[in-house]
Amino acid sequence: MRRYSAFAIAREAARYHTGWERAWRSPAPKSDYEVIVIGAGGHGLATAYYLGKNHGITNVAILEKGWLGGGNTGRNTTIIRSNYLQDPSAAIYEKARSLYETLSQDLNYNVMFSPRGVLMLAQTQHEIRGYQRTAHANAIQGVKTEWIGPQKVKEICPIMNIHGPRYPVLGGLWQARGGTARHDAVAWGYARACSDMGMDIIQQCEVTGVEQKGGVVTGVQTTKGRIGTKKLAIVVAGHSGVLADMAGFRLPIESVALQALVSEPIKPCMDIVVMANTVHGYMSQSDKGEMVIGGGADGYNNYTQRGSFHHVEETVRALVETFPIISRLKMLRWWGGIVDMTGDRSPILSKTPLGNCFINCGWGTGGFKAIPGSGWGMAELVAKGEPGPLTAEFGLDRFTQGRFIDESVAAGVAH
Amino acid sequence: MLILECPYCGVKADETELHGGGEAHLKRYGPGSSDADFEGYLFHRKNPKGVHFERWRHVNGCGKWFHAARCTATLEVFGTYPAQVTAPPKALINKIKKKRPDWEGWT
Ligand SMILES: Cc1cc2nc3c(=O)[nH]c(=O)nc-3n(C[C@H](O)[C@H](O)[C@H](O)COP(=O)(O)OP(=O)(O)OC[C@H]3O[C@@H](n4cnc5c(N)ncnc54)[C@H](O)[C@@H]3O)c2cc1C
Ligand SMILES: [Zn+2]
Repeated sequence: MRRYSAFAIAREAARYHTGWERAWRSPAPKSDYEVIVIGAGGHGLATAYYLGKNHGITNVAILEKGWLGGGNTGRNTTIIRSNYLQDPSAAIYEKARSLYETLSQDLNYNVMFSPRGVLMLAQTQHEIRGYQRTAHANAIQGVKTEWIGPQKVKEICPIMNIHGPRYPVLGGLWQARGGTARHDAVAWGYARACSDMGMDIIQQCEVTGVEQKGGVVTGVQTTKGRIGTKKLAIVVAGHSGVLADMAGFRLPIESVALQALVSEPIKPCMDIVVMANTVHGYMSQSDKGEMVIGGGADGYNNYTQRGSFHHVEETVRALVETFPIISRLKMLRWWGGIVDMTGDRSPILSKTPLGNCFINCGWGTGGFKAIPGSGWGMAELVAKGEPGPLTAEFGLDRFTQGRFIDESVAAGVAH
Repeated sequence: MLILECPYCGVKADETELHGGGEAHLKRYGPGSSDADFEGYLFHRKNPKGVHFERWRHVNGCGKWFHAARCTATLEVFGTYPAQVTAPPKALINKIKKKRPDWEGWT
């Protein structure tokens, strides 16, 4: 792989850009692999990357039914933060956030990580108590966050109306090193690095069956034929239930639509990410100037990758009180993704009833921020067959044991 | 927009008038059951990409719970029926079978 650098740009400029190579190969599948990862979203690709980088396993195929990054990874609003309440969450999300800090250098690919700061608004007394509690928890966990008052809020986000009639801003939980990254670039950067290690990324290849013998997986049926494997990692987000059904087990997961939209581009007016959980909306401004807006998930099982108009209207209506400046903006694009929701709003990184099959899912509305940490932990689980410290608490057995990692209260809104 | 007919009032209500209640006809397990059965009842869901039987409540109407059969891949609604049953009506199952010959059926 030729590395990207200022020198490479100069070299290519001098020869009319004829020397750029493809970022990843598109090979035909081999008959067998050591590990097959199903799903070339951020989590699947990161799993493969750290399998190679941390564990030396490179005989890996990543199978993708559409195009890589075309699932939720390419549809999300890219908020990155690690200010969670429970210790296991803080550990994996902070691992991810800290890996994001140096991911561009690590992958030699600009993922445009922008630690512009994430502010979660408190607009009720209940939220003040909740976020102050989270700030204390974060201090103990070593995650740097801070409780700030309404005046400080106004200072760091001048376009905000802190005296709204229904929900005045009473303060907020501020994580200065939270922010955003470019979603496609995260998928592309990992894909390029995986391909460079000799892994096969096979797009337009849908898994249609999981082949097993005596309680272990022996291969998968796909639209490109049968492919054998020694280990299987299922990392398919909204389609986890479908794959689990193929493999013969059930999951504590329901798939629902989550929507987002962007406005027409305007001049820079907001250089942080703001989340308003009481009114169910959040907003940031993209580098192109669009206001990126998201809200809560739709209320019923859905695989259509589109949501309902009234839901989007609710989100925007709620944000207009706090950000009057957006009231006359036109909507430019609007889309949906299918997210995999667990009851405790925490992910699953787990062994399964099949000995050599592992699953990574349940990231729901908030897994973009977790991609590097999740891949790191999942790779360890797949390589060793046992969870390491990052993933130990996120097994499926927590539902049998009633040992939840309850983040549903801490994050009232999709993110 | 999703539109379901409330089987009690006969009103064709859109989703702003309704509240989804998740998978229908779950078999309840309580004290005395195995851990696996209890976990399954509480948490495991079919979550199919296709025909789904589910509970809905006509919140901004008569307030009552009812059932609906719906396709989660196309949002097609096959029908609604009252809450006081533990399995979908035969007629509805036959109607869905006719439309979806590949459907594995109600289990
Ligand atoms: C509108 C929206 C906004 C969001 N905002 C945020 C946010 O601000 N911050 C944040 O942290 N998170 C956010 N999320 C959540 C985040 O996008 C997801 O948690 C994360 O991207 C999941 O990544 P993944 O790799 O697990 O799944 P995906 O990116 O969905 O990848 C799964 C892949 O599996 C493939 N697949 C499925 N079935 C098969 C099969 N049978 N065979 C082969 N391949 C298959 C799919 O095609 C897909 O490409 C948002 C999500 C949405 C929808
Ligand atoms: Zn009614």
